Amino acid sequence: MEHYHMNLTLKVWRQKNKNTAGRFETYPVQNISSEMSFLEMIDVLNESLVDQGQEPVAFDHDCREGICGTCSMYINGRAHGPWHHTTTCQLHMREYKNGDTIVVEPWRANSFPVLKDLVTDRSSFDRIVQAGGYVSVNTGNAVDANALPIEKAKADESFAAAACIGCGACVAACPNTSAMLFMSAKVSHLALLPQGAPERKGRVLNMVAQHDHEGFGTCTNIGACEAECPKGISLENIARLNREYVAATFAGGSQNA
Amino acid sequence: MSSLNNRIPEGPLEQKWTKYKSTCKLVNPANKRKLEIIVVGTGLAGASAAATLGELGYKVKAFCYQDSPRRAHSIAAQGGINAAKNYQNDGDSTYRLFYDTIKGGDYRAREGNVYRLAEVSASIIDQCVAQGVPFAREYGGLLSNRSFGGTQVQRTFYAAGQTGQQLLIGAYQALERQVALGNVTMYARHEMLEVVKVDGKARGIIARNSVTGELERHFGHAVLICSGGYGNVFYLSTNAMGCNVTAAWKAHKAGAYFGNPCFTQIHPTCIPVSGDHQSKLTLMSESLRNDGRIWVPKAQNDTRKPKDIPEEERDYYLERRYPAFGNLVPRDVASRAAKERCDAGYGVGASKMAVYLDYASAIERYGAIEVSKRGMGNVDKAEIIRMGKEVVAEKYGNLFEMYEKITGENPYETPMRIYPAVHYTMGGLWVDYELMTTVPGLYALGEANFSDHGANRLGASALMQGLADGYFVVPYTLGNYLADEIATKPVSLDHPAFVEAHQHVEERINRFLNVKGKRSVESFHKSLGKIMWEKCGMARNEQGLQEAIRDIRALRNEFWSNVFVPGEAAELNPELEKAGRVADFLELGELMCIDALNRNESCGGHFREEYQTEEGEALRQDDLYTYVAAWQWGGENAEPVLHKEELNYEVVHLTARSYK
Repeated sequence: MEHYHMNLTLKVWRQKNKNTAGRFETYPVQNISSEMSFLEMIDVLNESLVDQGQEPVAFDHDCREGICGTCSMYINGRAHGPWHHTTTCQLHMREYKNGDTIVVEPWRANSFPVLKDLVTDRSSFDRIVQAGGYVSVNTGNAVDANALPIEKAKADESFAAAACIGCGACVAACPNTSAMLFMSAKVSHLALLPQGAPERKGRVLNMVAQHDHEGFGTCTNIGACEAECPKGISLENIARLNREYVAATFAGGSQNA
Repeated sequence: MSSLNNRIPEGPLEQKWTKYKSTCKLVNPANKRKLEIIVVGTGLAGASAAATLGELGYKVKAFCYQDSPRRAHSIAAQGGINAAKNYQNDGDSTYRLFYDTIKGGDYRAREGNVYRLAEVSASIIDQCVAQGVPFAREYGGLLSNRSFGGTQVQRTFYAAGQTGQQLLIGAYQALERQVALGNVTMYARHEMLEVVKVDGKARGIIARNSVTGELERHFGHAVLICSGGYGNVFYLSTNAMGCNVTAAWKAHKAGAYFGNPCFTQIHPTCIPVSGDHQSKLTLMSESLRNDGRIWVPKAQNDTRKPKDIPEEERDYYLERRYPAFGNLVPRDVASRAAKERCDAGYGVGASKMAVYLDYASAIERYGAIEVSKRGMGNVDKAEIIRMGKEVVAEKYGNLFEMYEKITGENPYETPMRIYPAVHYTMGGLWVDYELMTTVPGLYALGEANFSDHGANRLGASALMQGLADGYFVVPYTLGNYLADEIATKPVSLDHPAFVEAHQHVEERINRFLNVKGKRSVESFHKSLGKIMWEKCGMARNEQGLQEAIRDIRALRNEFWSNVFVPGEAAELNPELEKAGRVADFLELGELMCIDALNRNESCGGHFREEYQTEEGEALRQDDLYTYVAAWQWGGENAEPVLHKEELNYEVVHLTARSYK
């Protein structure tokens, strides 16, 4: 693959803190290699800002290998940018060409308040998990792992749902800022396994109640979440959540059950 | 110099842990509710410990620098987790896992700890499955296993290339359940910046809220450091950007000895550096060595494309040098062999600092198996290869995709280019059998301690150790300490020890902001990384290490007179956080070089060029260095003090490690 260098214009959202209004700032960046990752390009911008005595752009990032779910940029109107099934950290600059302008925003959702620049508060996701996204088994209670055979197809399906990294791209992409894809991935992961069965009804009711309490919007089957999800979490999970919810409601399941 | 008491229980190896568990002191449930425990770090070790201690009824406060405990870097572990289940009926046992780990660690780990690790390994798999961790399964519904380096059995459990993610999410969910129940209070986006000691015992921490910049005082009857490893001292590593030594280093400066700091693991299969802009290196799971074959051209400076180099002109150097283990030799051996070929001029790619990891023959082999399974008879080669690619995609698809995203090359069509990179640190805070450091009440778990992997860690053993420490070891050993603390009332946050620690942290933060120099924190980190990689990396020698110590001291002086940290203390300030971490790395780096200089032998990941066999293998000096080097902080600009813990091998016989 041929490598090349490019000069770009960045329009980046800057916001001092949660209580201050933000605005776009325009920055030129020069001599960017096509081999860089998108975040390495932001590193170049930040080093140049520091060299000029200015504050660098704050952004969330950590593993830089697409698995921790920390990075979260809205790039040219798309969560995690243009590449399919890709987190921001895995987007590489060979996507762009010399002279391009790139707009970078934080996730936009009332339930993810901006803390600074591109950094948002996603602790609402942790609280949805606290509402029931687990199996209640204390350490030491387990039986032998092979005492419970699980059909491979079911296990694989559960794994596919469990691949969610909790980045919040589904919320950012959704016009209603619904977190249904995130929540349904967890409900599916556990509903598909026998280990999840005892708490199945209470789990879905409690998680949905917490989701609504956090101010996430309603799902209207738009599908933007699935399209932008870096891990390919399927809309089928939302359908499954809806079935689980209806079944739990009509089976007389109650919250906190 | 004094000798250290590792508090290994008396008795036969296989009875030590059982005996300990039946005789250690207990805390009754009513008293547990009065005892507060601080857990720093929420990766596999921290999350499993916090969840389990919460379940037991202790009052737990857990801290992490990330925005959620689910982000800890344990999540990035790809390949798997070892356990002596012997589900494959291939001769595995607790003893074999123990023996492989001791041997893999080049005879520099404690027998008692490692045996316990092997013993509890099976319970970890049971616990994780009960939590709903979706491990890979066979068609019969039972769990699947694969091979990893340094072993001849299949004992590695996995969830595609995302084992760490699934295990961490399991522990995270258990932790969040305890948060919901009110047993654990979670402090995300908090960084521990000081250990508070009262009357010689750990009694709390000072933590900085990264969002507001506020410094907080937290009391605990005990403090658990579960903050991971320090590979980022090299700047480039497979660690996450935020991984740091700060919590462990503050513990060290508060009196905890640091064990074997020079024992670092260089992982053989990572995507090579592509340029100066590089911010981190990406691992390609060791599981790829199950099926991939590693080679370089037989001719030096061969610039042909890999597909134009015929079979007979390829050197499968691991298979050639180590016929018994082949491509599955331990990591330190595979890394050095790659470096040897590249240094000798056989490297590939633009930088010539890479070797090939080739899947062509695996694709063909799997394709042929599929043809046979489906009874398809005569099919052409293209069809065999198409089916082989499908099988490989199911096993390793996400890793191949990641490679393609980063390099722009399709590894199904052309061999991957790989090169070793810093991955894991076997060294860490010295702990005794109970995982307690040399400071009473201060514990270290997981990668943050030094305990179980000796001079080299085997693949799929980090996840095992983190979860063993958190789920199954510390819940017992901590009770043995806290049983004597039930009458201890919480220390007031106005106690002089808290006030002093708070002031100390505040002064340091102001010092960073007030230098107002010309160089960025990042540039200092890069300079440090370069020194460490060149002089204290895959190969070390006396002269280089002395130069490194001198260079690091000079760099540290420059840091404190010329660093520029923008922004303010009382706000979200990533540059300030990074400055604190890099300042600690600048001290740790020197200690690593001092330790490497002290250890006049080669063992595991520590390769001193002066000590090698004629064939270039590591040469240990067992009569001189069969000990753990535990370093005591000597004070600012003073030499650290060496303490030795002699390693006594009662069961295993020390031999030269051979994978031939």
